[in-house]
Amino acid sequence: MKPIINTIERSPIQLTAEDFKSDQMVKWCPGCGDHAILKAVEKVLPEIGYKKENFAFISGIGCSSRFPYYVHTYGFHGIHGRANAIASGVKIAKPGLSVWIITGDGDAMAIGGNHFIHLIRRNIDVNLLLFNNQIYGLTKGQYSPTSPLGSHTKTSPYGTIEHPFNPGELVLGSQGTFFARGLDMNPKLLTEIMFEAAKHDGTSVVEVLQNCVIFNDGAYNFLTDKEKRDERIIILRHGEPMVFGKEKNKGIRLNGTRLEVVSLGEGGITESDLLVHDQYSKDPGIHLMLAKMSFPDFPVALGVIRSAQFPTYDDLMEEQIAQIKARSPIKCMDDLLNSGETWEVE
Amino acid sequence: MTEKKTNIKELDDAVIRLSGDSGDGMQLIGTLFSDTVAFTGNDLATFPDFPAEIRAPQNTVAGVSGFQLNFGKRVYTSGDLSDVLVAMNPASLKTNLKWAKKGATIIVDEDSFDEKSIQKAGYASDPLYDGTLAAYNLIKAPMQKMALQTLKELKLDQKSILRTKNMFALGVLYYLFNKPLDHTNKFIEQKFKKNALVAEANKLVLLAGYNFADTIEAIQSTIQISRSKLPKGKYRNITGNIATAWGLIAAAEKAGLPLFLGSYPITPATEILMELAKHRNLGVKTFQAEDEIAGVSSAIGASFAGAMACTTTSGPGLSLKLEALGLAVITELPLVVVDVQRGGPSTGLPTKSEQADLLQALFGRNGEAPMIVIAASSPVDCFYAAFETARYSLEHMTPAILLTDGYIGFGSELFLIPQMADIPEIKPPLAKPNTPFKPYARDPETLVRQWAIPGAEGLRHRIGGLEKTDIEGQVSTDPLNHEKMVKYRAEKVKRIAKRLPKQDIFGDPEGDLLVVSWGGTKGSVHTAVEFMQSEGKKVSHAHFRYINPLPENTLEVLSGFKKILVCELNMGQFVQYLRMNFPQIPYIQYNKVQGLPFTITELTEKFNEILMEK
Repeated sequence: MKPIINTIERSPIQLTAEDFKSDQMVKWCPGCGDHAILKAVEKVLPEIGYKKENFAFISGIGCSSRFPYYVHTYGFHGIHGRANAIASGVKIAKPGLSVWIITGDGDAMAIGGNHFIHLIRRNIDVNLLLFNNQIYGLTKGQYSPTSPLGSHTKTSPYGTIEHPFNPGELVLGSQGTFFARGLDMNPKLLTEIMFEAAKHDGTSVVEVLQNCVIFNDGAYNFLTDKEKRDERIIILRHGEPMVFGKEKNKGIRLNGTRLEVVSLGEGGITESDLLVHDQYSKDPGIHLMLAKMSFPDFPVALGVIRSAQFPTYDDLMEEQIAQIKARSPIKCMDDLLNSGETWEVE
Repeated sequence: MTEKKTNIKELDDAVIRLSGDSGDGMQLIGTLFSDTVAFTGNDLATFPDFPAEIRAPQNTVAGVSGFQLNFGKRVYTSGDLSDVLVAMNPASLKTNLKWAKKGATIIVDEDSFDEKSIQKAGYASDPLYDGTLAAYNLIKAPMQKMALQTLKELKLDQKSILRTKNMFALGVLYYLFNKPLDHTNKFIEQKFKKNALVAEANKLVLLAGYNFADTIEAIQSTIQISRSKLPKGKYRNITGNIATAWGLIAAAEKAGLPLFLGSYPITPATEILMELAKHRNLGVKTFQAEDEIAGVSSAIGASFAGAMACTTTSGPGLSLKLEALGLAVITELPLVVVDVQRGGPSTGLPTKSEQADLLQALFGRNGEAPMIVIAASSPVDCFYAAFETARYSLEHMTPAILLTDGYIGFGSELFLIPQMADIPEIKPPLAKPNTPFKPYARDPETLVRQWAIPGAEGLRHRIGGLEKTDIEGQVSTDPLNHEKMVKYRAEKVKRIAKRLPKQDIFGDPEGDLLVVSWGGTKGSVHTAVEFMQSEGKKVSHAHFRYINPLPENTLEVLSGFKKILVCELNMGQFVQYLRMNFPQIPYIQYNKVQGLPFTITELTEKFNEILMEK
């Protein structure tokens, strides 16, 4: 992997996962997908290479939001829906920190929906791990903004009658510069994605499809089933043609203005007909189509879908301060107090 | 300029009120007049009175914009009733005549009193001729005709010419009060540097107004206002909102911390955000959030990251922030919340003033969540009160609310410019890197915990909204630990009282009546009490700035009088708080909830009434 280049101070020594293990008892349910995400984070933080004091984990409310207590960094467990706003303040106040937001589908897209879209729009340089289990776990099983239409839950005994969000669509609609999707059952890919998220300058949203073993068990079985998953998942890699399937015999191509699944070798179709993934493309058109691909018509896209370079809020803030400081005659409070119209009373 | 009339009346002070359509430039000439009187040695206080609508339909009562100025030897408020009223159209006469003293000088733009405008204002007949103004000294100035006449040689369109009519009114005022034009001329030259023609037009019309006043019979004599007896020093004019912003910058400088403001625009607090947004030159980071909740939440994040963090708002915005304030209380992080109070409930009276957020500030949170509450008492005091709110918050690691209000936020007065060297240092309890650190270990005296800033080596820790164990800061639902932590947080705030200055009394510490007030009403109550004292009545005044905690000698202050009258611009919130704290004292309350400040007349009438009651 290419190293990360930015201004956050790096660790002089190689850290290990042990450096980030907390002394707290992890109280998630046995079998919860959150455990795998925690492991992936412990693994990726030393790879990222910053000083261990330069990581800050910020969360809202929900099962996922207990995360900061379980990783040995600076941590702040906020209130419901506000992790994004709190983290915005952390990063703007102290740009030398690597800020990680831990949130869930309810926290980010229901009660905190406003903060979620505006964080992304501003492109503040933080990494957001969105644990999407399509259910409210901590409050014991109510439907969430990502529960599929018709979901039977404790607050929808006859099935939900509202259309779910696709987080990727919301991210790109908010002018997101980075969106990736991972699966709790694929920790290797998750670690790679988190590294890419850390590398990206701007708001990096990582949607993790995560199983809630108690209230929504098996929601992603269709993607984790060993026999069928290769036909239902496509792992996107920059610069590579979009091939999937156990036999690597299927692909995605652009037909007119739409994506379509094709079989290699059928009707003269070769790899050269397939789309080549360009995660760095500034135009989000194809990224949006990839993020929206859903089973059974399409394989679900995992990996980094978009990673486009745009100026970040925190960089622009620091630049503006430097510029204005350089040209303003007011250097301190005394200067300000004595600026403009003043007069002496004898 | 022509020779002055020889007949000059000497007065200690005067109140003028300027009113016109909201596009007529009343705020501008109000500011210019203020600057001139300040430069020529008068004390002053101002208050703009504008509608919530930016441009309500022309010539309607809804669209009237006003500016009141009290100037003279020593003034504490923008004044009750005006000695001079400028009314640029019938609607402004209609809305403002009740604010003029009987016999006041009324200056009107005669040209705007056409039949349609008179009707729109709700007059049945022309008030300039039907006897409405019989009891006043009326000056009818054909301002638009005169402006057109004056500028007929200039190549300016009619619309631009008519826009200079406010300068005509200003010229009349300068003549009336024997004030020079040069300061305003300089301002005009500066403002229209790039448009010499407009600059020339404004200056000519200003002079035309001055000369007009000199010529007409209606002005028998001019007025000379006594010079102020202000302490020596360098002064500037400042509004409460700007003073609040500056107080915050001053506090950040004294604390050696970067200043972060997370805020969302809301009348009448927006000016603080706008002012702080200008000061990137001093490293100020303003974050215009997507809503009030993000404003306060981002500030809490910034505080966690080691900034001096603030959020500014008004009543309804404070309601939205309350949950987050509980988070700041339990995480024991410093945070300054400024509430520029306005008339409520709900959207209420956005541009009018009230003191009805006190109970919200004191108690408006779930759980036991005490916060420091300080109330600024005047525009200039906003500077010092903001500074102190930040200081106590930073040094005691707890969120604090500063209450100001629309009246002192928009109002201005003269500010004796302090030197930063004379202002105390602020010493936040920062944890030293690589030293043993426990998130909830406390100073045994103050009960204050240490502030460990992310990035610092050896201090990694986690805090949050869940209750934590004493010292170690682990998540805990232990019943006894919870009670202990609740008590610590309350006691920590309570102990700040030891540091506060003693509550002072204006007047004798014993007597027939103690008038109690808090916040933005200081000027009017002080002036009214001063008047009572001048009449030999045993009336004193205790004005509270520190609300939570209250000064340690509060009970003592309240104990020396036969009667206690608590005056507030609400239904009695502070009196309720005093009753809760000191139930042994009998209180009388005087309340006004009209979106308007107290007038000195209504206060002295009330005081006399209370004194007479057996």
